[in-house]
Amino acid sequence: MTDPILSLRNLSVTFDIRPRGAWPWTQPLKLHAVSDMSFDLQPGECLGVVGESGSGKSTLARAIVGTVPSSGGQINFEGHDLADMTPRQRRVHRRDVQMIFQDPLAALNPRMTVGDIIAEPLVTHEPNVSRADRKARVQDMMQRVGLLPNLVNRYPHEFSGGQCQRIGIARALILKPKLLICDEPVSALDVSVQAQVVNLLRELQRDMGLSMIFIAHDLSVVKHISDRVVVMYLGRQMEVGEAQTITMRPEHPYTQALIASVPIPDPVLERKRARRTLDGELPSPISPPSGCVFRTRCPKAQPSCAKAIPPMLEVAPGHLVACPYHEPENVLAVSA
Amino acid sequence: MPAYSSDAERLIEVSHLAEVQGRSLWADARSRFVRNKAAMAGAFILIVIAFFALFGQLIAQYERDMIDFTLIGANMQKGVPSIETGHYFGTDSSGRDLFARVVQGTQISLMVGIVGALVAVIVGTLYGAVAGYAGGRTDDVMMRLVDVLMSIPFMFVLILMLVIFGRSIFMLFLGIGLISWLDMARIARGQTLSIKNKEFVEVAHATGVAPFKIIMRHIVPNLLGIVIVYATLLVPQMIIFESFISFLGLGVQEPNTSLGALISQGASNMAYGVLWQLFFPLGFFVLTIFGFFFVGDGLRDALDPKDR
Repeated sequence: MTDPILSLRNLSVTFDIRPRGAWPWTQPLKLHAVSDMSFDLQPGECLGVVGESGSGKSTLARAIVGTVPSSGGQINFEGHDLADMTPRQRRVHRRDVQMIFQDPLAALNPRMTVGDIIAEPLVTHEPNVSRADRKARVQDMMQRVGLLPNLVNRYPHEFSGGQCQRIGIARALILKPKLLICDEPVSALDVSVQAQVVNLLRELQRDMGLSMIFIAHDLSVVKHISDRVVVMYLGRQMEVGEAQTITMRPEHPYTQALIASVPIPDPVLERKRARRTLDGELPSPISPPSGCVFRTRCPKAQPSCAKAIPPMLEVAPGHLVACPYHEPENVLAVSA
Repeated sequence: MPAYSSDAERLIEVSHLAEVQGRSLWADARSRFVRNKAAMAGAFILIVIAFFALFGQLIAQYERDMIDFTLIGANMQKGVPSIETGHYFGTDSSGRDLFARVVQGTQISLMVGIVGALVAVIVGTLYGAVAGYAGGRTDDVMMRLVDVLMSIPFMFVLILMLVIFGRSIFMLFLGIGLISWLDMARIARGQTLSIKNKEFVEVAHATGVAPFKIIMRHIVPNLLGIVIVYATLLVPQMIIFESFISFLGLGVQEPNTSLGALISQGASNMAYGVLWQLFFPLGFFVLTIFGFFFVGDGLRDALDPKDR
């Protein structure tokens, strides 16, 4: 096995929350957005991250990019820990790790032309590139993502959502990064456009040999694009494994519930299957439940679940589950 | 060549192969502004007044500080506005040509307004954007400083300054510059707080763009809309401010003059039937201020179409 391009070791991200009207000297509350995440990402691999809203997926992405400081553990990018990188290494990291955002229009500065937006990373990291050269590279990139290169002087508000997302992709890829982090890149788009963008990402990933972290709350999209999947709940990983295994034979009760919530496009199958939905809300990440964070909503919860945080058990090579009471469940079908 | 996803895209490609010039948000705002009649009228008035201030001296028949001793005491009879005598706006109580003096007064008033607004735009915007973008303790310290400066009764301090350091235009500009940026800094900071959480700022940050460049490239251009509107509304405020100081007799000093000083003189001579001494400067004053207000309103509507 080659060295992983990115490896997380017990990564935690907490935010300090100061209650309204508190004294300045009172201890702020800690919000645990991400706790104890560990996984490796191989070069050229696509890792899907799923979980419901508020499970810490976006915070994880931001910690890897470096816009949110981690509060514990390590983020190793090509063997260097993000926390003690020299400015030079950090510059390389910023260059090699790029991100695509959920809201395609909000990620583009409305006062800049598309050409300027796509060229910004280039201007930042390669200031010596001549103007003509830069323009040629921008237009080349626009063609690769399926935009007409003669639109360079247009402004973001003149584009549709799908086109805006393509602009975001072009900007992220112009420096030929090694790792691309997609934070729910398609959840704000129409289903038909979603497919186009996902296929484009897949194609680009293959052509450019990108490693990718693909965040979504839609399992069918994740299954389509990823090699492996991490399931997150309240900032912790519940299950890690091959995308096929996770979606077809999930072991963790939370993953099973997530998959049960995906509608099946076949009405006959859909009517036949027994629906199990989770009750209640996501607990507060300020005071997460003791032991297993999922126990408050888990159908299989036992008294012992409250005692200790369950370790990741390896049920099959490369398939880890954070539940001692795991059992496989065959899934009828997940819409592709 | 990439495969285009639809025939429509191929059609678009064929139909304009040439680079298309996009319509920026500024271009949109400009067309909205041009369609606004009141704003265009205001802009027209302002342009006429600006020309008057710039080139009026060339039309004037007399120097602004030339005292015509034959007219002193005979203002009512010989100082009446007339084209024949060359005193288009009449003369003031010392027998000086009012036209030339109104030209200069307008110059000074416009200058005070524009200097005040410029200081506000440059200092206030940058200060507010830096405070808002830095956030945390830096933001607290910078904004508390603004609060402290704001709590000082500036009119009083300015009057003291003028009395102690002597009355000069420089002092007046200094005083106006000192207060005008405070409000702007607050407005710019508030806007920055909402802009800095937008994803395009985060992208720039993640890509490694330097903080000052982020402020100049991503935050300030998105602030400018509101800043321009506020600046046009600030200009008349500064003009009124200066007029008030001059009306008190502390602003611009003889032989120089400003609209406020002229209005003050006109008002004190009202009882002698020389009403033109009041009406000409007052007319220019009111027109200028109306012009700025209309333009400011038009700009607000043009730059922020959602607010209508």
